[in-house]
Amino acid sequence: MSFITGVGLTSFGRHEGSSSLDLMSKAAELAIADAGLKRAEIDGVLCGYSTVAPHIMLATVFAEHFGIRPAYAHAVQVGGATGLAMTMLAHHLVDAGVVRHVLVVAGENRLTGQSRDASILALAQVGHPEYEVPLGPTIPAYYGLVASRYMHEYDVRQEDLAEFAVLMRSHALAHPGAQFHEAITVADVMASKPVALPLKLLDCCPVSDGGAAFIVSRERTGDAGVRVRGCAQAHTHQHVTAAPALSELGAEIAIARAKQAAGVAISDIRYAAVYDSFTITLAMLLEDLGLAGRGEAAARVRSGHFNQDGAMPLNTHGGLLSYGHCGVGGAMAHLVETHLQMTGRAGNRQVRDASMALLHGDGGVLSSHVSMFLERVR
Amino acid sequence: MSGEQAMADWTKGEPAIAYQTCGACGGLQYFRRRFCAVCGSAELVEHRAGGEGTVYATSLVLRAATPETRAHVPYNIVLIDTSEGFRMMAHGDHDLAIGDKVTARFERFTDRLIPYFAKSK
Repeated sequence: MSFITGVGLTSFGRHEGSSSLDLMSKAAELAIADAGLKRAEIDGVLCGYSTVAPHIMLATVFAEHFGIRPAYAHAVQVGGATGLAMTMLAHHLVDAGVVRHVLVVAGENRLTGQSRDASILALAQVGHPEYEVPLGPTIPAYYGLVASRYMHEYDVRQEDLAEFAVLMRSHALAHPGAQFHEAITVADVMASKPVALPLKLLDCCPVSDGGAAFIVSRERTGDAGVRVRGCAQAHTHQHVTAAPALSELGAEIAIARAKQAAGVAISDIRYAAVYDSFTITLAMLLEDLGLAGRGEAAARVRSGHFNQDGAMPLNTHGGLLSYGHCGVGGAMAHLVETHLQMTGRAGNRQVRDASMALLHGDGGVLSSHVSMFLERVR
Repeated sequence: MSGEQAMADWTKGEPAIAYQTCGACGGLQYFRRRFCAVCGSAELVEHRAGGEGTVYATSLVLRAATPETRAHVPYNIVLIDTSEGFRMMAHGDHDLAIGDKVTARFERFTDRLIPYFAKSK
């Protein structure tokens, strides 16, 4: 058994003058306070990576900086799936009795700490160094390739993908911490600058500064009871050139394993937190996870299905697309928002019922997947 | 590779596309390794591909990340399913559509020689 006992999230956007360690510390402090714990009670630390300040031992660099001496600490690297992979590991660590309270933390000054080119270049290195990177692809191009194929096989149009950007923006408007605060329309997305077709600027998440953290504990530390019901991973490839057919991607494998581990069905889910680095990522994952029929996710967006007051509220903070993306912390914001929803603390974004949530993360080019069910217990 | 030299291909600056087949299980791979990724055998044979294939996916890049690649914008990144049976990334004509039959040639991109596909004649 494990519980998410506290969460912390900074605003995303520009944090001029803040280092990655500063942003990690800020989020960690918020999460520890939220759990009602003292720093000294944290006996485990799992952290992500920083592309701005790479280090071979970031967890101990952070622990020293933050002023704690954990019994267990290291970094984890699974791209965009890192946050949920760390949560899964923390769940097993406390469940096995290795430690009592794991601080899961990430933060990066990715926007102000380096040029946008440097950021794009660093991320493009997930491509194959000999067979892909020399061709000049970018992360949007890797996903652009996948998008072109998905649109071809399932008759999805660019206007359909645009719906996801509009939805995430409309959700971000209700969160003061989001990077973007201006409403957009499908026409705005269609007219935005082409980046790697079929993806345009508003189909892509931004580069942000920010930090996120949470505490995973063996027992609850307060009234809030949010527990990890079950989780699983799947890793089918690294490079898009080596990806399996669209019908054999890792999201379907991970969710099948997670459903098995948790004893939960898709019909039990009341809230969804799904990785959305690009509009195509969100569209594909929703369909792979079974939250929409094949090629039908956009229609579900249009019908209000994923709205705050819809049947399956989705990324009510605005997701990577509009809350922002600061690297590992980006997708951790999905879990923070889920926790606020499950504990009735989401304020003007509060949904009616978030008693069972599905979270899904994706790293690389749909390479690494983590599916997780969180359950509220009384 | 049974001790033989790796065949020079575009990744080594030569105008060729190479791939490997496994003498033990018949597996086929594009990313060069010293073993078969299907069965682990070291009995690999290197081949030169004919340069024919079908377009699997395309993405026209308009925003590049380095000064060197920016000089080439726009360029079309494509995934090609070769007639030999492996998938590869390359560049291609801007009007290529998924399913088009294509043939490779080699073009300069930054300081490299890269495979470039156009519709088969």
